[in-house]
Amino acid sequence: MQDIEAAAHLPGDRSRQARALSGLLLVLLGFAALLSLGTGASGVSLGAAAKSLVTAQELSPRDRIVLFDIRLPRMVMGVLVGAALAVSGAVMQGLFRNPLADPGLVGVSAGAGLGAITAIVLGGLLPASAAALFGYYLVPVAAFFGGWATTLILYRVSTRRGRTSVATMLLAGIALGALAGAVQGILVYVADDAQLRTLTFWGMGSVAGATWSKVLAAAPLICLALATAPFLARGLNALALGEAAAAHIGIPVQRLKNTAILMVAGAVGAAVAVSGGIGFVGIVVPHLLRLVVGPDHRFLLLNSALLGAALLLCADVISRTIIAPAELPIGIVTAVLGGPFFLWILLRQRGLLDM
Amino acid sequence: MLDARQITVDYGRTRILHAVDFTAWPGRVVAIVGPNGSGKTTLMRALTGEAEYGGQVTLSGHDIAAAKPWDLAAIRGVLPQATPLAFPFTVVEVVRLGLSRGVAAADTGLIGQALARVGLSGFEGRFYQELSGGEQQRVQLARVLAQVWQPVENGTPRWLFLDEPVSALDIGHQLQVMQIARDYADAGGGVVAVMHDLNLTAIFADQVALISRGHILGQAAPADILRDDLLSRAYDCAVRVNTAPASGTFILPHAARMAAE
Ligand SMILES: Nc1ncnc2c1ncn2[C@@H]1O[C@H](COP(=O)(O)OP(=O)(O)OP(=O)(O)O)[C@@H](O)[C@H]1O
Ligand SMILES: [Mg+2]
Repeated sequence: MQDIEAAAHLPGDRSRQARALSGLLLVLLGFAALLSLGTGASGVSLGAAAKSLVTAQELSPRDRIVLFDIRLPRMVMGVLVGAALAVSGAVMQGLFRNPLADPGLVGVSAGAGLGAITAIVLGGLLPASAAALFGYYLVPVAAFFGGWATTLILYRVSTRRGRTSVATMLLAGIALGALAGAVQGILVYVADDAQLRTLTFWGMGSVAGATWSKVLAAAPLICLALATAPFLARGLNALALGEAAAAHIGIPVQRLKNTAILMVAGAVGAAVAVSGGIGFVGIVVPHLLRLVVGPDHRFLLLNSALLGAALLLCADVISRTIIAPAELPIGIVTAVLGGPFFLWILLRQRGLLDM
Repeated sequence: MLDARQITVDYGRTRILHAVDFTAWPGRVVAIVGPNGSGKTTLMRALTGEAEYGGQVTLSGHDIAAAKPWDLAAIRGVLPQATPLAFPFTVVEVVRLGLSRGVAAADTGLIGQALARVGLSGFEGRFYQELSGGEQQRVQLARVLAQVWQPVENGTPRWLFLDEPVSALDIGHQLQVMQIARDYADAGGGVVAVMHDLNLTAIFADQVALISRGHILGQAAPADILRDDLLSRAYDCAVRVNTAPASGTFILPHAARMAAE
């Protein structure tokens, strides 16, 4: 049992493919970003957009506003939200050791949604001064706190003597989601017509109306969460063997779980706050990547961020071109694309999902 | 050395282990035997810090209850009785889970050696979930071996805790795996193994601890524990131990032997 020499590349080692895929996805994201900058109702072309990146002064003032104050923040928002949702999905699934777990499943999205809807419906009841104080931020702020509060309650319910039971947490998440849904239903009842339209639109998710201030509101939290993710990778890998075995490998399991929960709450809360309920990104993206290069989180998390961002940009481009000049909420696009795709994955992978 | 004093473990209001003492040494294979539900896995979980326990467990100077997981992981590997796997990892990826960060650079060599040791060369690219039960068990053993490959490092002995390592294996692989444990101890490491097969225990163990209903009936050399009276009492069935010098020790259920004759 003595000599440890680096041998040739082993057959079952998919890390090279995973690294190569990261490069590929980065290129894809670059293309998606250019496409996103070059597409829209105003008719500023991709060529002009590309040229403008080098020489901004050649554009007319109107085009410059379209590019830098409308499309660019929208593109950045799409990247942030797509990466946040996909990485949160991957982390949740690793934490719950279940490829079907999703931020939506543990009530974070539902809680954030409840916060947002509460703000939309009851916001009108606030005294004018308070409404003016929050202004544009009322709904996002409420959504963030809703998601955060749900995570805290969830954590209290499912943690006993410093240990989180993953099964209890999943079930509690389902219960909390149902509860949030019920309260949302009651709120919808008391909403007026205009509020109902806002609710529907928000509920379907959208990155339209992205502004630099919105981007700046969401960016710090999302970036912090994404920067945490790499530190979770080894622990999430070990967790695939169960909590006990992970601890035996040397993973501080409780700390890992705490960090993962905070990371997901931050990323999902911020994403839902600025873009509503965009579904399927968090579940389809990691799933697809696992099929291609395996479940190793050291590569899965980065690749999820890249693919999630690229996918959301593409979905956004579809959402603003398919019924142009009108726009479809992006949540509808991701649901229409992601739903059947996910069902197809389920059918193909039924064996692997029976766990 | 592994020293466990007055270990009690409760599940809810039920006391599973009653003030158990247990000791293991580097260089020896210590087997824990006893009937189903007697508390072998529970004792193992206490010894590895997995279960909350009353009493004191010290492993090579570390108080198990207070030690950091990464410090323990550096000196001991644990093979659980059953290990489900959540995602479709390949065999190589599963074994790599056992490697700590530091050895990642040289990991391909170590992974290959660990797999060869358990007789699974050529299985590298297979999906873990598509292996047979016995193959899965040996992949898990390879993972544990990769974690604490050197039985002694910087003068400190390392440990293997194996909960029924041969439960899913055919007779040839049972011998192979027990030989791995034997070699590990002979090279200076410590091995604690929960065993059901008393014959293998008689062949490979230096010490045997016999558990019944949460009490240790005794811990001593195999010949002093694997006796008709003790085994029959612990397992609640007639057991005969044959110790004819020519044939070595073998243990049979008495009634079956009678019927066969
Ligand atoms: N999580 C648990 N909650 C409650 N009781 C438990 C739990 N785990 C084990 N027990 C009980 O503790 C007792 C000892 O269990 P343990 O797993 O230690 O047995 P064992 O000696 O390893 O048996 P086997 O040979 O079947 O593996 C059994 O009666 C079992 O029912
Ligand atoms: Mg057991």
